[in-house]
This record gives sequence, structure tokens and C-alpha cells, in this order.
Amino acid sequence: MDELDRAIINSLQEGFPICASPYKQVAETLNISEQALIKRLQTLLDNGILSRFGPMFHAEHMGGALTLAAVKAPEDSYETIAEIINAFPEVAHNYAREHALNMWFVLATETPEQIQQVISQIEAQTELTVYNMPKIQEYFVGLKLEA
Amino acid sequence: MDHIDREIISASQAGLPLTPEPYQTLAEQIGISADDLMQRLTHMQELGIIRRIGAIPNHYRLGYKHNGMTVWDIDDTFIDALGKKVGALDFVSHCYHRPRHLPDWPYNLFAMVHGKTAEAAAIQIQQIANLLGEHCLAHEVLYSTRILKKTGLRIKANVPS
Repeated sequence: MDELDRAIINSLQEGFPICASPYKQVAETLNISEQALIKRLQTLLDNGILSRFGPMFHAEHMGGALTLAAVKAPEDSYETIAEIINAFPEVAHNYAREHALNMWFVLATETPEQIQQVISQIEAQTELTVYNMPKIQEYFVGLKLEA
Repeated sequence: MDHIDREIISASQAGLPLTPEPYQTLAEQIGISADDLMQRLTHMQELGIIRRIGAIPNHYRLGYKHNGMTVWDIDDTFIDALGKKVGALDFVSHCYHRPRHLPDWPYNLFAMVHGKTAEAAAIQIQQIANLLGEHCLAHEVLYSTRILKKTGLRIKANVPS
């Protein structure tokens, strides 16, 4: 990753225009060609420096629901539990964390009712208690991380 | 949101095409005009259905190896006032009030911090602790050790009604 990659990442975390040739528009602000920007972006996605590039949707504003949930996965079955949980398309991300509650995942569903259904299915398949922690209030979301 | 909006979400949730005219490419996949697609995306952004269009980096790969979910046990009377203050700190990426699960989970305020070094993260956590002061009864920091999945949300193009 060089200075240009960093500039691209920082710029694209700010947002991306909706117009006929958006890469061209962004490339001009970075003083590079449209093709160079697209190529760099492809590489950053291929090697995993960027997880995603595109629209970020807000589940609740689409009529759906989000929650943060956690389980206490036993160490000897940790990978199996992760596989079971990750197999649910409703699991948007999942992180291993250092704590008795050692697996934390975000569920995004199309209706509020589905949150409890998915949690029940996860509990049935993993034989673990799911700690459901839906937000009561959101104070802030959305820092960009300087590359 | 109509069925075309759902198709737009379904077609773009994995990512925007890396073609010179990505909205044209997407519009062709869906079978609408690029103008219609761009109008709909703009509208969804105005409604907040799209938070923004942009890049999501892998924290670890940018050098942020110390990603801590800090959790705090705050008196419910003060949580909204304090949550707003913590959320306004320039290094906090997410800040929420969430329910306790007593007795084993007493924490109701969650704030994510990201440090390139352990020291950088520790300084951020200390700043939050200073801000909360005596209103915080206990806290813990749960560092992430691994990303097990990070796909973002996924919806189906057509839901049975």
C-alpha cells in the first residue's frame, strides 16, 4: 500500500458520487486517470484492504431490523460454532473477542420479527444462549479511519 | 420501496461494479435506465435507506490492530447525556445504549475505539473513563482478535408476500 492507495481509501470513505462517470470524477480530484483508479480499487478489494465498496444500506430504514448479539462459545468447538453462525445470511458480521462472551455478531433482517426467529434458530443449532443486545439509542455511527 | 428498489439493493449490496459507468452497468443488469437508477439511489440516500456510498476498509489491514469494544455500566439517569458526549469524541466510531443482561452483563454503554498501537487504544479508553467519571460503575474492553465474517447486510431481491 503506497501513498496513492492511502489517498484513494481516505477519499472513498468520505463517499462516492452518483453521476454517469463517478470514477472519472474522483480520479480527477486525485490527479490520476480513471483507469488507474479502477485498477487500484480492484487490487485493494482483491487483497482485502477494503472489505467492500458500494452503497451501505440501513436495515431499519428499509423496514428491517438490526441487533448485536453474543455467545459464549466453548474453545474446543469455537470454529464449528463460527461456521454455524456465519452460515446464516442474516449475520452481517461476526468478530472473535477476548471475553467469556467470545463471539459477537450483528444480525440484519428484513422484518423486526425475524430477529427473534434467527436467534432461536442459532440457539437450537449451537445449543448456546444468545445474548441479544439491540440498540436502545444510537449516539454516533460512522468514523472514517485514516489510512 | 418498490420491487425495483429491492432489485437495486440486491444487485449492489455485494459492491458497485468497477466499470467506467458503474450505474449504467447496474441499470442494465436490472433492466432500467441509468437515469432512473441514479434517481432512485439519490432518493434512497435522502431517505437514509443508503447511509452512504463508499469504501469500507478492513481495520486490521490499515494498521488498526487494537480494535476495542469498550463497555460501561452507567446509571440509566445519565446515559443519554453521557452517551452523546462519548459519541462526540473524535476517535469513537460507534456509540450505543444497549440493554444489560444481569447478572453476568452489567454494561449498557458501548463505544468502539481503534488504535494502531496498544498505547493509542489505552489513551482513548482513559479519555472515555475520564469523561464518564463517577457515573461509571464498571467497565471492560473486549478486543477483537479475529474477523470471522464481514459481508454487510444481505437482502433477497424478491420476498414472498
